[in-house]
This record gives sequence, structure tokens and C-alpha cells, in this order.
Amino acid sequence: MHPFSFHHTSNINESVSLKKENTDAKYLAGGQSLVGVLKLRLDQPTHLINLGLIPELSGISDEGNTLTIGAMTRHAEVAASSVVKNAIPGLAQLAGLIADRMVRNMGTIGGSVANNDPSADYPAGLLGLNATIVTNQREIKADDFFIGMFETALESSELIQSIRFTKPVKSAYAKFKHPASRYAVVGVFVAQLANEVRVAVTGAGSSVFRLPEYEAALTNNFSVSAIENIDVSSDDLNSDFFADSEYRAHLIKLMAMQAVTQAK
Amino acid sequence: MSIQVSMVINGQSVQKEIEERTLLVNFIRDHCRLTGTHIGCDTAQCGACTVHLNGRAIKSCSILAMQAQGGTITTIEGISTEDQLHPMQEAFKTHHGLQCGYCTPGMIMSAIDLVKNFPNPSKELIREQLDGNLCRCTGYHNIVVAIQEAAKVMNPTN
Repeated sequence: MHPFSFHHTSNINESVSLKKENTDAKYLAGGQSLVGVLKLRLDQPTHLINLGLIPELSGISDEGNTLTIGAMTRHAEVAASSVVKNAIPGLAQLAGLIADRMVRNMGTIGGSVANNDPSADYPAGLLGLNATIVTNQREIKADDFFIGMFETALESSELIQSIRFTKPVKSAYAKFKHPASRYAVVGVFVAQLANEVRVAVTGAGSSVFRLPEYEAALTNNFSVSAIENIDVSSDDLNSDFFADSEYRAHLIKLMAMQAVTQAK
Repeated sequence: MSIQVSMVINGQSVQKEIEERTLLVNFIRDHCRLTGTHIGCDTAQCGACTVHLNGRAIKSCSILAMQAQGGTITTIEGISTEDQLHPMQEAFKTHHGLQCGYCTPGMIMSAIDLVKNFPNPSKELIREQLDGNLCRCTGYHNIVVAIQEAAKVMNPTN
């Protein structure tokens, strides 16, 4: 690892001020991607701003029609939360499928969302559920947030405080895991909302994306039969040693069908 | 560059001056001389470095020591007394849940956390929840048996 200065911060304003003073600083959430990146010397921030000791960034609250999850809430907390299981079963299920138990005990929803790894799970959940990303400056809809590979709408010192979800009627996440890395080869989140169905895909493209054709078919008829004869185009899908784009296109359909079957 | 870090490890308060970039596993092994926690892959795959931070199993090769500031750490050295092994250690011994033993400290720390979250785990659930720990001797069969037996001792009301 290249050397850096480390800063503990006790509130959001202090973190943001430090980030503004140091343009090559990075926020440190759970570190389950960032520490690995630093060990490989793929990045060289001169300052790390630790968010781990800011209590206001953690926690899950149910506000009737909405559910809010603090940015520093760990995956394991979301997976085990009876509040999340009750309000958005698909989201608790998604959190429980991320990486392994030790990573889930450190990794955070805010860190995952800000990193926007093309194979990460949470971006599919947020895009599928039409979530709102609440930062220290503004509120950003998921449709406007995930720009491209490891790229988001966040400005350089902008800090995610929480994610707000409107409770769906039904939801589920189906994931075809890479057996070694446990990242999604393909992951599909299906959410039946009050007026529409949304389908979001991770792992298959350069960034998370929606499937308008499946959304229209499922909005009309929320059942496996609505999509089982609609093939997904392999154009622009990822192709690598483990899965070519044709295979990924096929997996998208299978995972979408599985999610529709499991939705509750 | 160096910085002060303090935490409680196995019930003892520890305060040391370290380089900011020190990983927790290096802090535990090199600075505190607790070498029961192993470094296997050093890339968050194998789980040999698993310790408990504030009661939850984490991979100590994948966090900075500074991230444990003010926290409570338990390592493999901290789960037994001088004359009494932890029930999970007893079960691994009884059921031969180890071959070369390199992965064992991480397996045991992970398994204790697993049983705390799933008091009565099935074999399938143990295999699924243990996917962050690798045994390159591939001795999984007896590890799974040992964890299931330890769960019965740790939660006698099952």
C-alpha cells in the first residue's frame, strides 16, 4: 500500500470539510473494496477519511410507506433485519447474498452504492426499487445516479447519508454467483411497485441497467409466462472467460423468471 | 507517518503507534505478537485471518487497524481459558475437523459467529455460510460435522 494520512471524523460536516480541503482524499466506509484496491496499489489517495465512527450514518428506520437505511449500515445488518425482511423482503435477500459473512459484517450499503462496481448487488436493488440516494447536498433518484462503470452522479466531496426506498408490493433478487469471487455473473432484481414493475440487471453490462421490455410485460401480467418467451439481446453485454454475452443474455432471462417466482 | 491506535484485544487494552496503512492482521500478528491469526491468501478469499470485531467475524487482512479504533477484538487466543478449550475447539478436535491446521483459527472464529447467528444450523446452511473460509486440504466434511456438534453444546436447548 502507498502511504496515506488517516482521519477519524465524528460527524458529516467534518468529513465533507476534510474532503474539500484534500482533493485526492477518499472516504472510507467498510473498506471491503477500497482496502483491496489500496493493497493492489490501484489507487493512491493521500488521505483516508474514516466514516466508521459517525453514528448518524448507521441504522434502519421504517416510516410507514418508506424505509430508510443509513449509508454505513452493514450488509449483515440489512440481511438480518426483521424490519427490512418485513418491508422489502427482496432487499434483505439481496444483502444476504453479497460476498461472504465476514465481508457482509464490514461492507456497507453506502460504500457499495458509491463504488458502483458493475457486478455489485446493491445497484440492482436500488435501481429496481426506484430508490432515492440522499446525500449531504441533495436527493438523487437511482435512475440518475448510476452513470457507468464505477461511475456515479456523486460530486467529488458529496457524501451519501442514506438510501430511501418506497415499499414495493413484491420484490425478489435472483443471483447467479461466480463460484469463487461470489460476485454476480448476472443478478436480476424484480420489484412490483404500486403503478409499475421494474427490472434491474447487474453483472451483465458495464453498469447496472433496466430491462424495459420485461418491465412492460410484467406490468401487464406479473407472472413467469409474461417473459418466458422474450429473449434478451446479447448486444453490449459483458463477455469474459467465465461467461460470454450469449450466456449472460440467457442467464438474465432465467434470473428474471426466478425472481418473479420468488417475489413476495 | 504514524498514528496512535487503541483497542481491546482479548480483554487487554492495547495502545500503539503504527503506520496508518497497517492492516489489522499485521497489527495483531506483528505488533501484538498474537500469531494464532493466520495470513493465507491476503486477498479476502480464504478467511484464515478471521477475528471478531465488536462480536462479529471479519477478515482482518481486509481492514486497516485504524478501522478497529476503540473496538473490541477477539482472536483465536482469546476464546479459551488455560485449561478449557472453547466448545468449538473441542468439537474440531473430537471430529478431526482439521488436517494441516492452517485454516483452523479462521474456521473456528467464523464458525463461532455462524452458530451465534444460526443456533441450530443444518449441514447445507453451514456449507453456505462458511463460503468465506477455504480449507486447501479440502477437509470440509469433518469441519461441517464439528460445527454442527459444537452448535448443540453451545445451545443446549436446541
